[in-house]
Amino acid sequence: MSKSLRIFVPVKRVIDFAVKVRVNAAKTDVDRNVKHSMNPFDEIAVEEAIRIKEKQKTTEVVAISCGSAKAQETLRTALAMGADSAVHVEVKDDSTLQPLAVAKLLKAYAEKQEKKPDLFILGKQAIDDDSNQTGQMLAGLLKWPQTTFASKVEIENESLKVTREVDGGLETIATKLPAVITTDLRLNEPRYASLPNIMKAKKKPIVKITPEELGVDISPRIETLKVEEPAKRSGGSKVESVDDLVNKLKSEAKVL
Amino acid sequence: MLTTTAARIALKTRPLAQRFYATAAGANALLFVEHKDGAIGGATLNALTAASKLGGSVTALVAGDAPESVAKEIAKYAGVSKVITASDAAYAKALPEDVAPLLVELQKKYNFTHLIAGHTAVGKNIMPRAAALMDVAAVSDITGVEGDDTFVRPIYAGNAIATVKSKDGVKVITVRGTAFEAAQASGDGSVEQEAAPEAEKPAMTQWLSEEIQKSDRPDLGSARRVISGGRGMKNGDNFKLLYALADKMNAAVGASRAAVDAGFVDNSLQVGQTGKIVAPELYIAVGISGAIQHLAGMKDSKVIVAINKDADAPIFQVADYGLVDDLFKAVPELTEKL
Repeated sequence: MSKSLRIFVPVKRVIDFAVKVRVNAAKTDVDRNVKHSMNPFDEIAVEEAIRIKEKQKTTEVVAISCGSAKAQETLRTALAMGADSAVHVEVKDDSTLQPLAVAKLLKAYAEKQEKKPDLFILGKQAIDDDSNQTGQMLAGLLKWPQTTFASKVEIENESLKVTREVDGGLETIATKLPAVITTDLRLNEPRYASLPNIMKAKKKPIVKITPEELGVDISPRIETLKVEEPAKRSGGSKVESVDDLVNKLKSEAKVL
Repeated sequence: MLTTTAARIALKTRPLAQRFYATAAGANALLFVEHKDGAIGGATLNALTAASKLGGSVTALVAGDAPESVAKEIAKYAGVSKVITASDAAYAKALPEDVAPLLVELQKKYNFTHLIAGHTAVGKNIMPRAAALMDVAAVSDITGVEGDDTFVRPIYAGNAIATVKSKDGVKVITVRGTAFEAAQASGDGSVEQEAAPEAEKPAMTQWLSEEIQKSDRPDLGSARRVISGGRGMKNGDNFKLLYALADKMNAAVGASRAAVDAGFVDNSLQVGQTGKIVAPELYIAVGISGAIQHLAGMKDSKVIVAINKDADAPIFQVADYGLVDDLFKAVPELTEKL
């Protein structure tokens, strides 16, 4: 690695992965008045960017989040992990912000830069909408190559080699920068931010920008008509022994 | 004179057609056919069932370096009214940089209303890129079709079910395979076949290699029976207990994220929000506590069995039959008694 890279890492604030979400009374959304944190796949993306920077000191890591004012907390987390600076694309109501709009915001921001990014590293999906789209859409809009579901990333000069998690196993592809990577869970183990780093992160800059300034229409293309609880499974029973289990599977459930 | 007759016929037939296809007058869907080693896969046949529910016609696209045999095969399935083949070495590995522009060209030429693929590693990789190139939204992982623009999809790891309506002219959709029956082969394959128009092939990426886990057991995504192991298996060697049981039951073997992260088994076996979604007739969870993310991948199974020594494990809340016992005793006994 000889080139100094500029890496953009989009991060999303989502309901914490350990929270059991509940549908709201109006059946229009889930109850959002619960603990939020950085989307787990995005933590992996930030970690990967920082590891690249640790090998190649001149690398610059910029965290970007599109969302309400609270997205700044998520950006501070990325800064505390080791990102150099952050960008907050402020959206008043982020409940209807969809992957295509986010991809357009990211593209518009990248293209506005004097020093263009060489690499975008995103999580493969957000654990709230489970779309798994933004990275692919961004790559399409930028007309850059995409290396999705990455479990291993190797960068050498302008070349990128990525091992991908595919159905049935792994696949390795090579491409050239600039490119878009989306991270899978196996890529790395994200670090915890230390207290000194959390303090330092408070001094790092967060640039604010709006969709209007970027000239991007973020109106939703998909309307949510309703949100419901999934069908409940009827309460099961405990069996006493393996014999009991085999009998029940044969005679009651009839699956053996 | 001819034109007036044609117009009159059009006027007469149109309302009739609308009545027959009340939800989707003129849905014109393109089905992306995923295939490997000459076999159709990747939830394509389930996606075909979803496409048929739109009520219009379904055109199948087979792209690859030698798509002819797969094209012949997909033509036999009920619901496929036309097959388009795109034969080029650039399409051999389904690289999205090359396949997405092909989808865009096809959409322009045939004016498709829907582009549909299975929600698999390949489908997820290609379809959002194609959607962005067309400046339309994509709808991922649908589990229901309510109309030609309205779909049902799970969010928050399946803990909420959203009904969504796409406002875009072209709907780009990926389909959860386990939510739709696989379409059946019925015809002799005598449907119209056409070659795809030329599309841009930017060839930005180079496919280097793959490591596919070979197994004689049924494919995890479509198996009728699945046996999964979790952290409670303690090590990779102990998975032999599950393989023995799986072989006896002709079942596939899966795993929880804990088992994969601990290195017990390959990550292609992971069942859950970020792994495979399965919905077999019988799912046996062995030494799996039942975290939200794991349940997301298996809770639509018809019958769930849990074997765990911790009586308070959350898995027992979804299990139809729970056995509180040491798996190292219960699994060999179960294998023995089947």
